[in-house]
Amino acid sequence: MSTAVSSAAAPAKTVVPGPTGPRRGRHSLLRWLFVLPALVYMTLFFGYPLVRNIVMSFQEYTPRTYFTGEAPFNGLDNWRAVLSNELFADSLWHTAVFTVGSLAGQFTIGLALAVFFSRRFRLSGVIRAVLLLPWLVPMVVSAVVWRRVLDQDHGILNSALQTIGPADGGVPWLSSPSVALLSAILVNIWIGIPFNMVILYGGLQEIPRQLYEAASLDGASPWRAFRSVTLPLLRPVVTVVLVLGFMSTVKILDLILALTSGGPADSTQTLGTVTYQLSFLQLDFGQGAVVGNVLILISAVFAVLYLRANRADFGTGK
Amino acid sequence: MNGEPTTMQRPRRIRMIATATAALVPVTVGLTGCAATPDPGTVTVLNSATDAAEHNANQAFFDRCAKPLGLKVEQISVPADTVASKALRMASSNSLTDILELDGSELPQFAETGGLRPLAEVGLDTSGFSDSATSLGSYDGTQYGVARSVNSLALLYNKDLLRKAGVEPPTTWPELRATAKTLTSGNTYGMAFSASPNADGVYQFLPFFWSGGGDEARLDNGKGEAALTLWKDLLGDRSVSKSVVNWNQQDVNDQFVAGRAAMMINGPWQVPVLSAQDKVDWAVATIPVPEAGQEAIAPIGGTVMAVPKSDDSGREKNAGKILACLNSEKNQLAWGESVNNVPTRASAATSYAEKHPELAPFVDLVATARSRTAEVGTRWPVVNDALAGAFQSVLTGGTGPEQALKNAQRQASAGEK
Repeated sequence: MSTAVSSAAAPAKTVVPGPTGPRRGRHSLLRWLFVLPALVYMTLFFGYPLVRNIVMSFQEYTPRTYFTGEAPFNGLDNWRAVLSNELFADSLWHTAVFTVGSLAGQFTIGLALAVFFSRRFRLSGVIRAVLLLPWLVPMVVSAVVWRRVLDQDHGILNSALQTIGPADGGVPWLSSPSVALLSAILVNIWIGIPFNMVILYGGLQEIPRQLYEAASLDGASPWRAFRSVTLPLLRPVVTVVLVLGFMSTVKILDLILALTSGGPADSTQTLGTVTYQLSFLQLDFGQGAVVGNVLILISAVFAVLYLRANRADFGTGK
Repeated sequence: MNGEPTTMQRPRRIRMIATATAALVPVTVGLTGCAATPDPGTVTVLNSATDAAEHNANQAFFDRCAKPLGLKVEQISVPADTVASKALRMASSNSLTDILELDGSELPQFAETGGLRPLAEVGLDTSGFSDSATSLGSYDGTQYGVARSVNSLALLYNKDLLRKAGVEPPTTWPELRATAKTLTSGNTYGMAFSASPNADGVYQFLPFFWSGGGDEARLDNGKGEAALTLWKDLLGDRSVSKSVVNWNQQDVNDQFVAGRAAMMINGPWQVPVLSAQDKVDWAVATIPVPEAGQEAIAPIGGTVMAVPKSDDSGREKNAGKILACLNSEKNQLAWGESVNNVPTRASAATSYAEKHPELAPFVDLVATARSRTAEVGTRWPVVNDALAGAFQSVLTGGTGPEQALKNAQRQASAGEK
């Protein structure tokens, strides 16, 4: 995209060597017109909802608002109510643990599998295709199936564990507050592995074979080659995978709702489920917007970090 | 454009205009894309009948009522948990349907907005309905919603398992605990209920909470602990699975049908599933009470139909006529039979109990049942979450019953203005 823009702009400059006043105005107008569709789109579908959401968090926005159109401003009431709600602090912590845990697991296993499949062997294509399945199954379906798998009494996971070891009564995967978040993380790791594997596999294909040959001629062990060749050259792809993974994990809602509904005893409540609960169950859209804004803020911080990292990786004379 | 336009500039200019036009298209479409005014002879309904069979059954009743009036009824069906938000969106664009079918627990929040027409004003005679049904459709003493039929909860039991163990269905809490213990063996738990942290779990907790003297307006009145203790004891006895904290009411029914629970708390909407299988021979009993001689107080549930205010009073009148017809004794009875719920007209409920003696306990319960919103009105969703938090933390060993209800009361009153 960026190359297309610069090549289109370059001849325009050469055609008009010494731009006179009106001509330059026309050209800058022209450039703005090219930007306009994107600008209109962004304003309508990103800017407007974003601003609305921020404004809403300072309003008493209830079902009444929808009928009367009145949403009186109530200052910091919504923010105060949400921040003093113990559930908010808990959900913030759960979200952090869930995100870090999920990303670490997804990425490590995804990378290991990507490296594994980058060596060609028989049936590697078939197995890779099978590994994609968790990605293709709708999240809610996965969650419902996992709910059965993780059932304390009759789930196959506990049955399997009991046959290999003396697990008395089975692990309370989803019925104990101290284990439920871990279970949710494990399920999310399972869901996220294919995405990580595919993108990282693609990145690995881009690394020239000769570098590995050179490394082995220099006497590098496979681990050394992985650390000194694979990882540095994979860095841009790693950033993309981690940031995209972060974005989709931090706002998690559907998986948790279908798996535990935020329970037991609120142990799997995340910012996503709290927003849902406030906005769509309690119909307090003002307070829901507060949590939504916090979520946006967190995402925005990481989006900025991503852009900076990206500029460092792909930086071209800027 | 002074002088000859170069060949480069012409296509660019065209493209420039094209892009500019393209950018404007969505804006204009957005402005003109408002809903068309509905046909005056059509009454629109927003409900949750997304299931094809349910949708068609509804349509049959609507048609039966609409034809003699020279009207047509059009249903807009969305999943149950999105009806409220869909209705709100419709309200904000002034395109709300003529009839709005909500869950009874959501009615107060809509009535409070002033956007619903009191049913008396659209010519609906609501005398002869059971008190519980009237309270389900009322907010602040005015009736805004009418329920054709309602459901409640009862104790369902596996006849074979009880016979084999030589026990009768329990009627009191001590009996329930003892019976559940006796019935628990091998892969079968004596009892099952839903304690999920959402509306399902709370609905099942209420008959115990209320029968024990609990009060949703004052959760820490010192009487709600009994129900929490009972649930905790059942779990401590290993008479119920630890997984109850994840089970919704459907899961509970699945466990019962699979023979993994000898007794369960559930509602009449499970009857089609239960009747369709022949593995478990089942029967219905009333929910046990703390002590012999007391009366069980069960929650009343179901949807209510309301008439949103419209600029066109003719539309409201038509909606009122349809509602009146749907709630005739004959139609209520037929509807109640088709969905296995209890009709709300006292006379229709009596004939229902006569025709379906196996479901009679539900009919008795519904007469004395209590609406979740009667006392706390629009605050119900907050109380719902607080109660869910209480039984979840007690069942998972986080807090004791007393502390749990104190926390719940704090949570419930935090947003009170």
